[in-house]
Amino acid sequence: MSVLVIAEHDNKNLKSSTLNTISAAEKLSEDIHLLILGNKIEDLAKSSKSIQLVKKVIICDHEKLENQIPELSSPIISNLAENYSHILAPSSTFGKNLLPRVSAQLDVTQISDIIGIESEDTFIRPIYAGNAISYVQTDQKINLMTVRPTSFEKCEEAGGDAAVENINFIDSEVKTTFVSREVSKSDRPELGNARVVVSGGRGLENSDNFKLLYDLADKLNAAVGASRAAVDSGYIGNEYQVGQTGKMVAPELYIAVGISGAIQHLAGMKESKVIVAINKDLEAPIFNIADYGLSSDLFQAIPEIIKELDLLNQIES
Amino acid sequence: MKVLVAVKRVVDYKVQIRVKSDNSGVETQNVKMSVNPPDENAIEEAVKLKEQGLANEIISVSIGDDKSQDVLRTSMAMGIDRSILVKSQNSLEPLAVAKTLKIIIDKEKPDLVLMGKQAIDDDSNQTGQILSALLNWPQGCFISNLKIENNKVFISREIDEGIENLETSLPAVLTCDLRLNTPRFASLPNIMKAKKKPLETIDIDTLGIDTSSKIKTLKVIEPPKRKAGIMVNDVKELVQKLKYEAKVI
Repeated sequence: MSVLVIAEHDNKNLKSSTLNTISAAEKLSEDIHLLILGNKIEDLAKSSKSIQLVKKVIICDHEKLENQIPELSSPIISNLAENYSHILAPSSTFGKNLLPRVSAQLDVTQISDIIGIESEDTFIRPIYAGNAISYVQTDQKINLMTVRPTSFEKCEEAGGDAAVENINFIDSEVKTTFVSREVSKSDRPELGNARVVVSGGRGLENSDNFKLLYDLADKLNAAVGASRAAVDSGYIGNEYQVGQTGKMVAPELYIAVGISGAIQHLAGMKESKVIVAINKDLEAPIFNIADYGLSSDLFQAIPEIIKELDLLNQIES
Repeated sequence: MKVLVAVKRVVDYKVQIRVKSDNSGVETQNVKMSVNPPDENAIEEAVKLKEQGLANEIISVSIGDDKSQDVLRTSMAMGIDRSILVKSQNSLEPLAVAKTLKIIIDKEKPDLVLMGKQAIDDDSNQTGQILSALLNWPQGCFISNLKIENNKVFISREIDEGIENLETSLPAVLTCDLRLNTPRFASLPNIMKAKKKPLETIDIDTLGIDTSSKIKTLKVIEPPKRKAGIMVNDVKELVQKLKYEAKVI
């Protein structure tokens, strides 16, 4: 039996979520095929064939696939499905947008956001914002799953030499046209994938004050995150939201600044290895899950932390 | 334009849920239940479309037992004109939900279907996408902005990288993000009025579709608890702990 992984990419590079998903596929089969649907993806196909765990790279290269319109890409996946026991995609907005259409086309129930694989038919997934963990089993002809990237290691990108197969584009009548994408540019690490995340909440009070967090993040080579309250208040863009309806993160170090810790936020970050909470409200629920809590005014604490980090760096150098 | 909104009854978002002691699921008896939060955004958007004169009829549909009437009454108190309850004793998987909705849609012939992007109980985030594929209508997921002009639909979608803007046409299926709008509170007079609005009930067994579960839940357990941490006295101690105890900086 073979496993098909749907690649998430920007037509130039694979997103790291694809590498996590390949690691999940490894628990199911040695025969892993990577499907890349995109536009002008020859270079991407070349770089992807060196992923050691991938036996075959299947590419469908067509200008209509440039913007990942799911109405166009899903029939191509469904058309390949009979060759596979499992089809996996990252549980990102890309995978969530796409894979349920394949579920409809194949008439099989998809299992969303798996965090563990017990066997080839038994999977683990969080429900109720991660406040319960469900073990589910299925005997469907094809297992369709989205995979939570933070629950699986990234696979090695080198060492392999997979075969590359080109498949024909299947056109579908689609009424949706892509207009634009508003993407924030940042030199900081990707939020879903960073070793350290510094997150801000309503306690930051406005978007200008988020600059404090950016300074701290840059000191720690960290990604910046936010609570839903901060995003709803317009302090920062939606792409920074951590939580049940935002991104899931599991960094080595998560620093929650001015975040009270609603269960919906905890859902997105409680798998972090070390959690630091800085909040002046000693009753904030975030302290219940923090490894290190500091009850302090963040506007004093953050500049002090930056100063302490500078001191440490001076001692070391 | 006719708008259909799909609504799910879920454990209220503020409730700290409990796993049943026999590990068969999550306790939903004697727990506060509410409209699934992003479904409230879908209701609000439908009501706004009617207030703007773009929609002339807005209806809501839920699938569940008799108790799901309460979320439909809530939707009518917010401004929905009438509701349909598809009665089912079992909880349905997203594929079966979408198939059920499709039958209602084939009958009601709405021009636009709105629903939340995910239900906060099983967090599947599938139904709108499946429904769009089954109907062969355009799909717009996780939308935070909607504009309809001359049958053209302009949406902004929240994606991991930021915002994506798409143009499409009616009929369409759109799934709503929490930032699409701010759902209104139902006023007491409107709650009273909603009691008199039509609520039709259909038994799911009369629809002739397979709604059986394809996925078996073996067990539901509590997530591992994090060990209690410590409070530090000041920034200096915090940085020292992170450096020499946790070794993460």
